[in-house]
Amino acid sequence: MNAQVANVPVADSGAGPAPVRIVVGYGFWIFLLSDIILFSALFATYAVLQGQTNGGPSGRELFELRHAGIETLALLLSSYTCGLAVLAMERRRMPAFYLCCALTFILGATFLSLELNEFAALIARGAGPSRSAFLSAFFSLVGLHGVHVTVGLLWLIFLVAQTAYRGPRDYVCRRLLCFSLFWHALDIIWVALLTVVYLMGAR
Amino acid sequence: MAENGPSDVAMTEHGSSGSLWTYTAGLGFALLLTGASFLVAQSDLLWAPGVAAGLAVLAVAQMGVHLVFFLHIGTDSEATNNVLALAFGVFIVVLVVAGSLWIIAHLNENMLTPAQMMDMQR
Amino acid sequence: MLGKLTWQAIPFNEPPAIAASGMIVLIILGLLALITVKGWWPYLWNEWLTSVDHKRIGVMYVVLALVLLLRGFSDAIMMRTQLALAAGGAPGYLPPDHYDQIFSAHGTIMIFFMAMPFVIGLMNFVVPLQLGVRDVAFPVLNSVSFWLTAAGALLVNVSLMVGEFARTGWLAYPPLSELAFSPGVGVDYYLWSLQISGLGTLLAGINMVTTILKVRAPGMSYMRMPVFCWTALCANMLIVAAFPILTATFGMLLLDRYAGMHFFTNTGGGNFMLYVNLIWMWGHPEVYILVLPAFGIFSEVIATFSGKQLFGYRSMVLATLAICVLSFMVWLHHFFTMGAGADVNAIFGIASMIIAIPTGVKLFNWLFTMFRGRIRFEVPVLWTIGFMVTFAMGGMTGVLLAVPPADFVLHNSLFLVAHFHNVIIGAVVFGVMAGYYYWFPKAFGFTLHRGLGVLSFWCWFIGFYLAFFPLYAVGLLGATRRMQHYADLSWQPYMIAAEVGAIVILCGILATIAQLVVSIRTRESRRDLTGDPWNGRTLEWATASPPPVYNFAVVPKVESLDAFWAAKQQGTVEPAQAYPAIEVPRNSPLGFLTAFCAVISGFALIWHIWWLALLGLTAAAIVLVVFGWRPRIAVEVSSEQLAADERARRQSMVPA
Repeated sequence: MNAQVANVPVADSGAGPAPVRIVVGYGFWIFLLSDIILFSALFATYAVLQGQTNGGPSGRELFELRHAGIETLALLLSSYTCGLAVLAMERRRMPAFYLCCALTFILGATFLSLELNEFAALIARGAGPSRSAFLSAFFSLVGLHGVHVTVGLLWLIFLVAQTAYRGPRDYVCRRLLCFSLFWHALDIIWVALLTVVYLMGAR
Repeated sequence: MAENGPSDVAMTEHGSSGSLWTYTAGLGFALLLTGASFLVAQSDLLWAPGVAAGLAVLAVAQMGVHLVFFLHIGTDSEATNNVLALAFGVFIVVLVVAGSLWIIAHLNENMLTPAQMMDMQR
Repeated sequence: MLGKLTWQAIPFNEPPAIAASGMIVLIILGLLALITVKGWWPYLWNEWLTSVDHKRIGVMYVVLALVLLLRGFSDAIMMRTQLALAAGGAPGYLPPDHYDQIFSAHGTIMIFFMAMPFVIGLMNFVVPLQLGVRDVAFPVLNSVSFWLTAAGALLVNVSLMVGEFARTGWLAYPPLSELAFSPGVGVDYYLWSLQISGLGTLLAGINMVTTILKVRAPGMSYMRMPVFCWTALCANMLIVAAFPILTATFGMLLLDRYAGMHFFTNTGGGNFMLYVNLIWMWGHPEVYILVLPAFGIFSEVIATFSGKQLFGYRSMVLATLAICVLSFMVWLHHFFTMGAGADVNAIFGIASMIIAIPTGVKLFNWLFTMFRGRIRFEVPVLWTIGFMVTFAMGGMTGVLLAVPPADFVLHNSLFLVAHFHNVIIGAVVFGVMAGYYYWFPKAFGFTLHRGLGVLSFWCWFIGFYLAFFPLYAVGLLGATRRMQHYADLSWQPYMIAAEVGAIVILCGILATIAQLVVSIRTRESRRDLTGDPWNGRTLEWATASPPPVYNFAVVPKVESLDAFWAAKQQGTVEPAQAYPAIEVPRNSPLGFLTAFCAVISGFALIWHIWWLALLGLTAAAIVLVVFGWRPRIAVEVSSEQLAADERARRQSMVPA
């Protein structure tokens, strides 16, 4: 019995507790996966309810692909500048870091304002979320993404403020890493949103 | 300590200027794929019934670009945990979306939808 | 100003509700007064309420569960009494309006605020110790998780005193749960409580997955982890994957109720079948979240008290992983009768039967562990054997229900109610009771009274069969669930038998309470001085009872499965020579404050007091920002302190 017990080999998984940076990064990654599953429930709802227009307007009548294209560009570029900000932080090039963060913020805010504009326009023409199941699903799916972007922008302000005040400490760098994970994940979700809601919906 | 976490850029003491190129290449691919998606959606490039599948493929490809170039998933041999977690997540997402679509389609076919039930009451 | 809240919300004209509320308020006020008079607030605040120590948090989870067990059980006994009385034309004593709230509260409380906290509490306490590490990956987040769960529990109980609870059953299906058919605040209490506690649970899941995968003692590879840690890992993976679905679904129902949207409404294109589909996508993994850790507890208990290594470690791990994956593929069996058709039903029916196979593998492994072992019939072993018998039967009725044609007859009958209580009580309740007794000495430094533990077990065991097997019979005779009265007088004897069973279970619960009181009173004579009262096999027994805040003075180096047992056999359980100083995270009020804001916001949202809701959410945001801004401070435990602690511990030890 003991021989059987003793013969179990040590794998890499027996290396002991991982460093804090790894632990934090992995925990945040798991959180992001849970967030993606949250979105998938809404995606499923949208997919099921997209035909239920209750006599109201459908996607083909409502969605402007040009608008969606500009939003996509803004978010994608902001993902890029976010990546650059992470690089700048790691190389301790702080002016570049602040510049990239500012660009990320501006591009993200652009995305958000375009989206809010679209929502306002839809509501103004009577295509608000209580008009039909399709519109409920649309507003909540796209809206949830927008809420995440908003939270991200607020988080970014906090991060920049903390970096300015405390400098690029260990835990500040870890938080920036988490933010960048978050921001890139939001862009991934947007790719799915763009495809399922706008590109497929406009046909 | 041999494992790296997600988005752990291959930034060690040795430095790696390759990372700027990683992000830029990722941006380039993403822009290409986005452009292609819009093209597929708006023009007659693809045979009409295949458009949805084409868009799906392009979307998945772009998500892959993000994961590899921006999030650095699986770029080192010790990233098993991260990839496994992602695989599990993808499995759940597919189950949730495809499962719901399949089940509700069958339910709608066999049962009256609530809208139809309301119509019957009038 | 106060939204929908008026004085009418307090149930002055409903004797049972006002009596229960009054009693609860008096007990709470009495408790607060006692604490104030005795000057315990500083101790409570510093040592428990702001603690980020996984052991303290685990204990608080279990305390929450035990308290809510009393509330959930009183709902149960009220239902049983009503059904024992309301036969033929008799009305019973509970109007339908109340009865509906009671069965809804019973299910909600038992699952979300009794079973979940108990299981999560045990995992919280035990897993870091078994992994040989100092705490979970994110200690402050752990505190936040607990307090959010407690906040949800508080809100549910407030509904008894101010307003009403949902009348929809524990899953609140639309269209009944929509505003058109449930215009009161009951469903809102349900939804907001569960959103708040659901967030806590999700964060706990993330924490535990990260801990098990990334924070283990050196040398503890995956195949050297205790089986309880494997089951905890799988259960928490299920939490991370399933709870977002619950959040999304409840979120959509809330949007329907608050913003006039049409996800599940009858008008506007909504589809209530979508709700049923989504909620069970969460609901089925949820029961595995409850049962997998219970299986883990039984594995630990049976190995320890058989004096043998668990049989078939590898197959146990594989079976657990299989159950984890399969549990996501069977959810439709909860609504076979909703009408998806034979093709869909067949696939899910077969999947539901397949999932019984890995469970069977586990059962055989436990039996083979006992075979040729030297079994000590301690209380946890009684619970384990009781589980094996009871769960096997319950599982079989489950496989029976997995056959769609059978389910068409039995869906929503009392047969179904008997089945799920059979498996939940047989596995989850018996499991947490075993774990409670098994790990109590580790948590508090003294054992529980054995005789009362045996009494409690037999009352639960006999009480369960008396309470639920008649329900199998009467379910087959046609009785449905959630009925407040019934016409067929021939069912009454079964209902009376069930009532007697419930009373026997009550005796079991009282025995457990008595056990605690007696054990505390006689604790000096039952001190655990070695840290290893059961001759255990895993690392949690390698440290003092209760462990110091840092768990292990020196992080153990693991060289095999059943690390502590191996060390004992090889005689390598020696004091270390040097104790490098360690850092322990400082306490934090973040959890408590977050929960406080959550309760205020939740209550305000329920009653449509918008300004208060905004205030609560803003306060929560400010708390978060303030906490995030401040640098984390850790407390250092010096080498000298560690050496002194270890010396003191060895001096008080009786040789094992």
